[in-house]
Amino acid sequence: MTSWLDHTINGLIVGNIYALLAVGLALIFGVSRLINFAHGSVYVVGAYIGWVAVAHLHTPLPVTILLVAAGSALLGLLIERFGLRPLQGSTKIAPLLATIGISFVLDQIVQIVFTPDPRALPSQLPDWRFQIGGGTIGALDILIAAIGFTSAVLLFGFLRFTKLGWAVRATAQDRDAARQMGVDVDQVNRIVFAIASALGGLSGLLVGMYYNYIDPAMSFQATLKGVVAEVVGGVGNIPGAIVGSLILGLVESYGIALLGTSYRNLFAFILLVVILVLRPNGLFASKRQLPPEPLTGTFIAPSKPVPLPTPALLAALAVAAVLPLVIAQPYLLQTLTNAWLYALLGISLTLIAGTVGQISLGHAALLAIGGYTSALLTLDLGVPVGLSILAAGFVAAGLGTLLAWPAFRLRGHYVTIATLAIGEIVSLAILNWESLTRGPIGVFGIPPISLFGYPIESARAVYWFTLAILAVLAALQLRLLRSHLGRAWRAVRDDDVAARSYGIALDRYKALAFITGGFAAGISGGVTSHLYSFINHETFNAQLSILALTIVILGGMGNVFGAIVGSVLLIGLPEVFRVAAEYRVLIYGLVLLLLIRFRPQGLFGTV
Amino acid sequence: MPLLEVSGLVRRFGGVTAVGGVDLSVEEGRLVSVIGPNGAGKTTLFNLITGLDRPDEGKVSFDGADITGFAPEKLAHLRLARTFQHGRVFANLSVLGNVLVGAHARLRAARPRLPVLGALGELALALIQPGSVRREEAALRAEALAIIARFGERLLPRQDQPAYSLSYANRRRVEIARALALSPRLLLLDEPTAGMNQTETAEMQALIAELKASGLTILLIEHKLDMVMSLSDEVVVMDDGKVIARGLPQAVRHDPAVIEAYLGHREVGGGAAEKALAEAAE
Repeated sequence: MTSWLDHTINGLIVGNIYALLAVGLALIFGVSRLINFAHGSVYVVGAYIGWVAVAHLHTPLPVTILLVAAGSALLGLLIERFGLRPLQGSTKIAPLLATIGISFVLDQIVQIVFTPDPRALPSQLPDWRFQIGGGTIGALDILIAAIGFTSAVLLFGFLRFTKLGWAVRATAQDRDAARQMGVDVDQVNRIVFAIASALGGLSGLLVGMYYNYIDPAMSFQATLKGVVAEVVGGVGNIPGAIVGSLILGLVESYGIALLGTSYRNLFAFILLVVILVLRPNGLFASKRQLPPEPLTGTFIAPSKPVPLPTPALLAALAVAAVLPLVIAQPYLLQTLTNAWLYALLGISLTLIAGTVGQISLGHAALLAIGGYTSALLTLDLGVPVGLSILAAGFVAAGLGTLLAWPAFRLRGHYVTIATLAIGEIVSLAILNWESLTRGPIGVFGIPPISLFGYPIESARAVYWFTLAILAVLAALQLRLLRSHLGRAWRAVRDDDVAARSYGIALDRYKALAFITGGFAAGISGGVTSHLYSFINHETFNAQLSILALTIVILGGMGNVFGAIVGSVLLIGLPEVFRVAAEYRVLIYGLVLLLLIRFRPQGLFGTV
Repeated sequence: MPLLEVSGLVRRFGGVTAVGGVDLSVEEGRLVSVIGPNGAGKTTLFNLITGLDRPDEGKVSFDGADITGFAPEKLAHLRLARTFQHGRVFANLSVLGNVLVGAHARLRAARPRLPVLGALGELALALIQPGSVRREEAALRAEALAIIARFGERLLPRQDQPAYSLSYANRRRVEIARALALSPRLLLLDEPTAGMNQTETAEMQALIAELKASGLTILLIEHKLDMVMSLSDEVVVMDDGKVIARGLPQAVRHDPAVIEAYLGHREVGGGAAEKALAEAAE
């Protein structure tokens, strides 16, 4: 019994930390209808400000807390002013993508300044614990509970009793009406970002002290946990976010007690998907609501695609095909081969996110499914490599569609959150299903590519092999886009309500898109696994999903040729100029931000 | 037997009863109009009939079959078409593309009728593009162009332009063209002339009269009363979620309850409704 009380206390404490994150997310969503994917980065920055204060400035705890809150609030103001305010009036997805870009940039800056290595963040508190009932409570537990409680009370008082708090609530209820009544909604936005970021930074500090551990990579997990807690409580609902966080903390704590630490995140994401499917408005939302407003023309920037006549496309293909005869360096060919593999991922995502409008952030999971399928089929069942790659396509198409099914009934930002969670679930399943996937060790010794017994190993042969696959799949996708399916998919994207009224069953056509896209991504993952000869659960990570989305936006949503060019530019150029890996991610983040701001329709326009 | 029959339809939002027990029937080949002040529950009624919203109570029958709570995509396959109050076109599709989506539910060769396998068959057929699928597509395309041609110079020169580039009035026309592409058995029009000037309204009125003359069954929501009076076989007047009067246009316009409902809004509407009623009565 002792341990259960301990697990409960631990769950509530961790839940309290999540609450600091989730309340900020809820505040921001309330006033700007935005899920802030940069929130985890603020949390990391908060943790590092704390580390600098403790380790270098040797500040006492209250000063550390003040420094962290002030520094994080300032960062929040900067994000609001330079990242989001310029996007007012643009498409609905733009601010969300911008926060993803900002998060990339901030995380990389932290990594460059402080190195990716983990650091200890000592708690500055006396190291005593006392017994209550069968459990123990330490000084830090009490501090966390006190900060959580004080923040909640202060926030409640601010929203309830101050004029500015009233303005925040009015803006959350009806932004336009609030503006007409003289509320300075820009100021409300600033205040909310400052408060939310201060809480987020504090959360980072407390987590760092609690585990005596910080590293730049915790950002992504923090965002995810905050989002899970927020969705459980109902997006934009502040008391809901607090309760949702405590529930999440308890679920995780009990889950770890039952099954072990590596399952921690699996519980969080399964909880998220279950809530999204059963109660997308959160546990505390009122039952049936009015049908939501159309997203017509507001979700994806309308634009005229750049016309690309077939002869031009064939000429481009011909140039790509003769390139190995001209280029001698294998390094350059390998780089382009890599670009073709990313282009396969790109045409897959440009179909799902661009043509059908389901902005997926879990797309790397399809690569992972394809990669593991082909690797395990060849190693464990002795399937010939060519056949195994084909099987990878089919398995990724089928399994990917089934896994994405819960997201089909969702719209807009919720699709993005759900696919992100589903992607993480796949990665965690690979990590934990050791009997099939060999767990954290990964799969070694994957045989190189061969076709009908002929090895495809030279840089030239691999180049032609991948280019041929890409050309065939891209041509097939263009063929589909010209058929009634292309029309139906784009109708779903532009207005799903009107599409349904004209007989387009959403589940069916979203499934067909995932089958088509899953096939291309699965093939890409399969080929990749044979080229790398080693894969593990981190080979195809969430960063890859975001890179894929950047490729798609760069090329133009739904634009097949654009996705290929986008991939050559984003994969090929940094390689050619030999940009160091950590700066590469920084560049991706900046490219994403600049695109959203200055050319949301991408290079070749939305198709 | 009426083509559409609505009985005892109720929809509540929290404490507000948007539709409170509405009965309605539309005979084949007739044009029935639903009028009433803003907030009377007309669009909610449309949403309940077309499956975008589920009623709390009541029943909707189409051609004798109970269709209450059917999903909209299923209703489209029964060839029940609607337009939307604020014009919901597919912004990035061309005018022609929009109209062709209207014919989606009529695709036969391209959409094999099989459970589960049907979807995979549809994908395979779209990849292979056999002759039957190509011929069907070509036929629908020709038909869609013929429908666009009914709107003459308004839409014909713009058939390849994306819908987002169209004027508001043209988007409404595209919506009606899209609905016609379903070759509907029942057409529900939600304020087809909203935002149109007098000339455009007259054009739309002529088009609707033409559709009616061709035998199409129509349920119409409209604010422009002179149009309602000249087109309708029957007028249903709603106020506050209830039907307060129904009957022939000339009978309804003299009904004291109707005049009361409209005049009750005089302060708000600046007497416009009263004036419109008076004009229509002349």
